[in-house]
Amino acid sequence: MKNIVIFGAYSAIAEATARHLAPSGGRFFLVGRDSGKLDQVAADLKVRGATETHVFASDLAVPAGVLASIEALYGTFDTVDVALLAHGTLPDQKACEADAGQTLAAFEINGLSHIGLLTLLAERFETQGTGTIAVITSVSGDRGRQSNYVYGAAKRAVSTFLDGLRHRLAATSVQVIDIRPGFVDTPMTAAFDKGPLWASPDKVGADIARAIEKGRTVVYTPWFWRYIMLIIRNVPAFVFHKTKL
Amino acid sequence: MSSGPYQSWGRIDFGPQIGMRFDQRLSPLPEVETGKSILPYGNGRSYGDSCLNTGGVLIDCRHLDRFISFDPESGVLRCEAGVLLADILDMAVPRGWFLPVSPGTRLVTVGGAIANDVHGKNHHRAGTFGCHVRSFELLRSNGERLLCSPAENTEYFQATIGGLGLTGLVTWAEIQLRPVANAYIDQEVIRFHNLTEFFRLSEDSDEKFEYTVAWIDCLAKDVSLGRGLFMRGNHAPEIARTEPKAPRDGPSIPIAPPLSLVNQLSLRAFNALYYHKQRGDDDNRQVHYRPFFYPLDAIGNWNRIYGPKGFYQYQCVLPMEGGEAGMTEILRKIAAAGMGSFLAVLKIFGDKPSPGLMSFPRSGVTLALDFSNSGGKVLSLLDQLDGITSAHGGAVYPAKDARMSAELFRQAYPRLAEFSKYVDPAFSSSFWRRVEGPASQDSG
Ligand SMILES: Cc1cc2nc3c(=O)[nH]c(=O)nc-3n(C[C@H](O)[C@H](O)[C@H](O)COP(=O)(O)OP(=O)(O)OC[C@H]3O[C@@H](n4cnc5c(N)ncnc54)[C@H](O)[C@@H]3O)c2cc1C
Ligand SMILES: NC(=O)c1ccc[n+]([C@@H]2O[C@H](COP(=O)([O-])OP(=O)(O)OC[C@H]3O[C@@H](n4cnc5c(N)ncnc54)[C@H](OP(=O)(O)O)[C@@H]3O)[C@@H](O)[C@H]2O)c1
Repeated sequence: MKNIVIFGAYSAIAEATARHLAPSGGRFFLVGRDSGKLDQVAADLKVRGATETHVFASDLAVPAGVLASIEALYGTFDTVDVALLAHGTLPDQKACEADAGQTLAAFEINGLSHIGLLTLLAERFETQGTGTIAVITSVSGDRGRQSNYVYGAAKRAVSTFLDGLRHRLAATSVQVIDIRPGFVDTPMTAAFDKGPLWASPDKVGADIARAIEKGRTVVYTPWFWRYIMLIIRNVPAFVFHKTKL
Repeated sequence: MSSGPYQSWGRIDFGPQIGMRFDQRLSPLPEVETGKSILPYGNGRSYGDSCLNTGGVLIDCRHLDRFISFDPESGVLRCEAGVLLADILDMAVPRGWFLPVSPGTRLVTVGGAIANDVHGKNHHRAGTFGCHVRSFELLRSNGERLLCSPAENTEYFQATIGGLGLTGLVTWAEIQLRPVANAYIDQEVIRFHNLTEFFRLSEDSDEKFEYTVAWIDCLAKDVSLGRGLFMRGNHAPEIARTEPKAPRDGPSIPIAPPLSLVNQLSLRAFNALYYHKQRGDDDNRQVHYRPFFYPLDAIGNWNRIYGPKGFYQYQCVLPMEGGEAGMTEILRKIAAAGMGSFLAVLKIFGDKPSPGLMSFPRSGVTLALDFSNSGGKVLSLLDQLDGITSAHGGAVYPAKDARMSAELFRQAYPRLAEFSKYVDPAFSSSFWRRVEGPASQDSG
């Protein structure tokens, strides 16, 4: 029976992932801001096969929320087999450009909170010697683009942190997974027009559940983003800067 | 705002649709521009315009899809309205429970199943989906949340079952599942040579078999008119010694071809092959529930084979009395026009009443089939079919309809006036504006 913790548990992608995990049982510890929404996800996972569910409401944008949720987690479980970090926001790039406060706030929720959580979790996982830490970053971290580099930079910070953590834990059997979704149709992207590159949360959730099961390292989902980003990373700056990407 | 493009299953163009996601059952209905009407949208498996709202807004309920509770002792399930029947099966079958009623695709939502009060191959035994709904919550545009059941807010309960999404938004529903021993069906397929044989086979089978349905070759004429294959089955009490394999879904049709691939030639070949696909007249075996109930779900987006102009489906029911004569007339018309489809489905409905005021199923014989959208030609054929249906006191199914007249609708749904009282003033659909007619408009 696995002990599973999910931060940002009612994010559309996290919820879809949990639905793929629940049928094989498992005890879930669900963290998010709104306890009503957490209860709804908990009930759903119970019906799908989760053996136990616990919820903890916490604002992860503030350090106290990060600390409190880890404390509550280890007050409930002695060990954690799977930790999934899925919370985040899509900041308004233009507003961030005009306001350093907003830029820093965007970093708080998309970068610092992850780094805080990972620091606390890493200690436990290192002692434990096993388990899986999976973090949803983004393809946006692969190259800074004028349209959303605040978000991209925060995601990139987390990716680099994960690289280092994976290195540190290489001698243990802890898996550190960096999940980089492309465009996913979720509340976060509700304002965008959707085209053929867009994936459903269910598809991305299935990929994440598989990556957790198989213990991958860096996962692009859907898979074709690996190649799109390979190209985007390699376009020379004088060409790249002419685009509106 | 939209996760569209929103279409109905027939892929006929009814103009652009605007959608707004509704994924939290405790939230109020989204606010829309004044003057714009709203309509809940499930999974778009209705064929015509009853799930569309051109010029208004669709409230997209597809992500309102959480289970709320399930009691494995009693089989009572409570879930949000956007849960797919497929999700219910995946969750419940391993625990020994099955849908009480299941349409020909498992890719419909609970909300959609209620709003069209869908029927399945067991209508003669179990009635409609609505017969197994214990309660639901109805969210009205004034913010009211009505708990509806046979005992509470009974009028809204009855108006919403088969209510075409017009009485408000169903946020969650509680349904009674039925027990099964496993995922398999003991199936028999019997070839029949004409319509009279179909009626005889149905009469013999409906008592002994929970599920009965027939496929007919609607291009066959004269003495072979109404020939086809009769399928009947029961949930297998136990799995046969060699456990049959669970099926995998096949390929998906990735894009719509520029032309309809369905024409007279391909139809004739397909129908003849299908009719002769089994060697003997009878074929008995144990099959997984998926190919038995949902053969078409194995090919994703099969609706695209009709090309960019899409297609119509026609489903009517004729009362038993005069039903055989009426069906003969209808099949003759279709065979003469040479325009039928791959799968024409024929079934006898039973007389178990539904709570729904506006339910389509009623005691009699029902026929359903597709027609490529060839424009005026097919529309005039369908009008002629309406004429026969109407003359026999029958009805056409709104879930499949894109063109029936207001007159036929009114005639076939005698409780329309009573129903209209419960229609939410902020809700409307393309279908509703088409069939409602001026008579009831001023009351809303
Ligand atoms: C291959 C195939 C086979 C089929 N076989 C059968 C069959 O055997 N028997 C049968 O009866 N039907 C059958 N159908 C039709 C289908 O079952 C119905 O059209 C069904 O209602 C579609 O459900 P949906 O979730 O896709 O809803 P949609 O088509 O999106 O919407 C249907 C109606 O439900 C309303 N609605 C959706 N969600 C809500 C909500 N939350 N609250 C209130 N109203 C809501 C909409 O406003 C609309 O009026 C078949 C369809 C296909 C494609
Ligand atoms: N959608 C995409 O295209 C896409 C692409 C690449 C990466 N991602 C990443 O995928 C992850 C999941 O996002 P999603 O697409 O599933 O969007 P989503 O449904 O909007 O999920 C984001 C979640 O983060 C939570 N959250 C935000 N601020 C929080 C805070 N201060 N404290 C606690 N929780 C907070 C939100 O909760 P509230 O509702 O309470 O705010 C929400 O549940 C995110 O990390 C996102 O960056 C998404």
